Amino acid sequence: MATAAATPKVNHIGLPILDYRGGKSTLCAGCGHNAISERIIDAFFEMGVEPERVMKMSGIGCSSKSPAYFMSRAHSFNGVHGRMPAISTGAILANHTMTTIGVSGDGDTASIGMGQFVHLLRRNLPMIYIIENNGVYGLTKGQFSATADLGSRLKTGVVNDLPPIDTCALAIQLGATFVGRSFSGDKKQLLSMLKAAIAHKGTVLLDVISPCVTFNDHEGSTKSYKFMQENDEPINEIGFVASFDEIEVDYDSGEIYEVEMHDGSNLRLRKLLEDYDPTDKANAVRTLMESTDNDEILTGVFYINTEKPTFIDLLNVVDEPLATLPESVTRPPKSALDALMAALK
Amino acid sequence: MATADLALGQPEGALSTRQRVTNDFSINVATVNGSGSQSANSVLLKSIFAMGVPVSGKNLFPSNIAGQPTWYIIRASSEGYVARKHDSEILVALNPETALADVLALPAGGVVIHEENLKLDQARGDLFYYPVPFDKITATICPEAKLRKLVKNMVYVGVVARMLAIDLGVVESCLLRQFAKKQKVFDLNFGAVKAGFDYAQENLTKQDPFFIERMNATAGKIIIDGNAACGMGAVFAGVTVVAWYPITPSTSVVEATTDLLKKLRVTPEGKATFAVVQAEDELAAIGTVLGAGWAGARSMTSTSGPGISLMAEFSGLGYYAEIPGVIFDIQRTGPSTGMPTRTQQSDLLSVAFLSHGDTKHVILLPGSMKDCFELSQAAFDLAERMQTPVFVLSDLDLGMNNWMSEPFDYPAKPLDRGKVLTAEDLERLGGFARYRDVDGDAIGWRTLPGTRHSKAAYFTRGSGHNDAAAYTENPGEYQAVMDRLALKFEKARKLVPAPVMVRDAGSKIGFLAFGSTDCALTESLDQIRKRYGVEADYMRVRAWPFTQAIHDFVAAHERIYVVEQNRDAQLASLLKLDLPAGQVVKLRSILHYNGLPVDAESITEEFVHREGL
Repeated sequence: MATAAATPKVNHIGLPILDYRGGKSTLCAGCGHNAISERIIDAFFEMGVEPERVMKMSGIGCSSKSPAYFMSRAHSFNGVHGRMPAISTGAILANHTMTTIGVSGDGDTASIGMGQFVHLLRRNLPMIYIIENNGVYGLTKGQFSATADLGSRLKTGVVNDLPPIDTCALAIQLGATFVGRSFSGDKKQLLSMLKAAIAHKGTVLLDVISPCVTFNDHEGSTKSYKFMQENDEPINEIGFVASFDEIEVDYDSGEIYEVEMHDGSNLRLRKLLEDYDPTDKANAVRTLMESTDNDEILTGVFYINTEKPTFIDLLNVVDEPLATLPESVTRPPKSALDALMAALK
Repeated sequence: MATADLALGQPEGALSTRQRVTNDFSINVATVNGSGSQSANSVLLKSIFAMGVPVSGKNLFPSNIAGQPTWYIIRASSEGYVARKHDSEILVALNPETALADVLALPAGGVVIHEENLKLDQARGDLFYYPVPFDKITATICPEAKLRKLVKNMVYVGVVARMLAIDLGVVESCLLRQFAKKQKVFDLNFGAVKAGFDYAQENLTKQDPFFIERMNATAGKIIIDGNAACGMGAVFAGVTVVAWYPITPSTSVVEATTDLLKKLRVTPEGKATFAVVQAEDELAAIGTVLGAGWAGARSMTSTSGPGISLMAEFSGLGYYAEIPGVIFDIQRTGPSTGMPTRTQQSDLLSVAFLSHGDTKHVILLPGSMKDCFELSQAAFDLAERMQTPVFVLSDLDLGMNNWMSEPFDYPAKPLDRGKVLTAEDLERLGGFARYRDVDGDAIGWRTLPGTRHSKAAYFTRGSGHNDAAAYTENPGEYQAVMDRLALKFEKARKLVPAPVMVRDAGSKIGFLAFGSTDCALTESLDQIRKRYGVEADYMRVRAWPFTQAIHDFVAAHERIYVVEQNRDAQLASLLKLDLPAGQVVKLRSILHYNGLPVDAESITEEFVHREGL
């Protein structure tokens, strides 16, 4: 019996998910990073972002290879170790009409890249900054990174005796305007968070716990699949309604924290932690600090601010990309030079 | 071998005390930094310039904010020499701490204008002394005590004007320009100039032989510093993204650029057609430049030696991933922190090969104010044409001192934005390979992020890649890219600014130099001709890689003197790498590296010694 070929599902700009795929991953089978790449593909597909209008940025490390594994139709820049923020800053200044997603790791961000990372946060540079956080250096075979938890143990038995850097607390304090943590194994939460991130205008910092199956997935690790499955404590359940979706109202507003996003979409955070207000900066930082003391791994959207101007707003640049402004705009006329010369005589 | 110690004011032979010396001497204003003498010095310099006399100013200042000795040297030269002069004949001694040493350094027959109570006239009997009660004069014309320190400087302008016969009216109009629209400030300052002038007129008898007389050698010329000229060049090159980290002596490049951008590049709606970012460090500055260059913007940064060291890793990425960007290096005295407020030409070798691996960079070497303006524009065109970081090496002497120049010409050619494919091109071609040499010029085509075509994207990386921009560890693919990069660099010889044949008298002896050495060398060549009857040719190098003309120049001479301001003969070293073995033996070096701008006498002395004249 003849069957009609199934029409591939397309998104609201008419593209099939195939157009969002990347190259074949060369990371280890089971690596959390691959799951994150999959969610990025889903999120951009579902949000209907044209892949040619996306810039993919990264630094150096296992995480930083992953832009090769999603959205091949987007330009990508795999820079030098720890310097993704600077390259992204330049690229976004050159063309702020693009959607920019950066993928970094815990070493790339919290050690070698810390200097640039904190300044990116201060500037509220409009981009999505993902930390694929596994607590170890993979490419150099398993040394602790600066996000490894106190008391966490390497395969070799070495115990980490330095406190972790909480990139989320840091990001909230320093000026990022959308800060959340997720787990590569939590498809639903991560996807909703990524879709909201695409809708946000400003720096989005997503710390995604992403177990390293080769060097940090054993008993004693606090970044293993097992540990996360047992200790993941979501503070809110994330619902995202895109601007082009039909809005359904079927919830009790008392339990939901609703955020109107810049592009007209809606972020609905169902409160799991009593009275948690994701616009309260100080409370967000305190909650994170207390969770570290209590050995909890909180996930969810910790902080959001849709009002704060981005770096592009502050610089007050023209709407068109600076990169392609014509010479008639960028080179002042002869009369301008003549006037300058006259003043110097 | 190095030239002798060139500390300021080494005696150079007694001056005739009877012969009138017109428009050919230096004035050394010795003061402390932070005392506000800059405006006074600038007015004095511009007054001499307005008298039609060629003039230059050099600020020898400490790496300090306030309270340390500083000297400002104004040289008048009827023949138009603008290099630092070995000696200054006239001293304005306002710093009690250095006054005695400054007086002892004067040549016989020199002049000292000093605070009355300093009693300097007992130090030497072969000088002319003009004691002036600066503090008393200042107190009478400036009731506000806290302004006196600043106003006092204008009093010496008046005294000097009177003693050298500079028209008071000329000083007045220079002051008016300096304090345009600030009538009260002008009144106070001109009052001080007038008080100094009147005091000198009434109380001092002219005994010394030094005079400024009207000439007509500065008509139509401008006075500018190299950093302002570089900034102006960048703006007329259409720069859109500037990222920088403050460092002496390059800061004023970005300040000048930013001022002009704010003035000339804001739309009627008040929006900026540029972005200037003060980065967290030089790593971030060059990272931002490369990110912007990759995405298609004309981007620049400006730094000095320590910043260059920090930019090493990114420079290699720019070279290997083939990303345009312009890096100004306003060189200062190294190594390490060195002497931040003193000049040198000692970054040439480190910039030429900046970063690990087989890396080499195109370097442009401005040697005049016009060069600063024009090579700065050329750098942006070359960076985009060649898809690589281009370095502009200026130095503190060019960058921060005042220079006389012909006015700059408006760029004759449109911007060269290099090889960029549009969506329509891709539609026609069906795709492209980012690093493939399809035109035989060793330069691939690139696309910009945001190009709406499914074949537009490519993956930029500093890791091994093939000509289609895909990751590779394949020996052949890796090497093919490296070989093309080497070929691209070879081809740059024909794209970079040509050297300038400054003198071509058919001599057996040739000189090569670059940058700020030019002014002292041209003066030295005149000295050599006048004193010894020896003619020598001179070619000024303006870029690395070297053009064929430089090879030809070396081939056409028996001996080549390479004059440069560093210890390790860095230009000569680059030449040795480039020239055929038989030519290398012709090279000899004259080096100067004590932090002061090189002067003509030092070059002449060393040349005469080497040639046994």
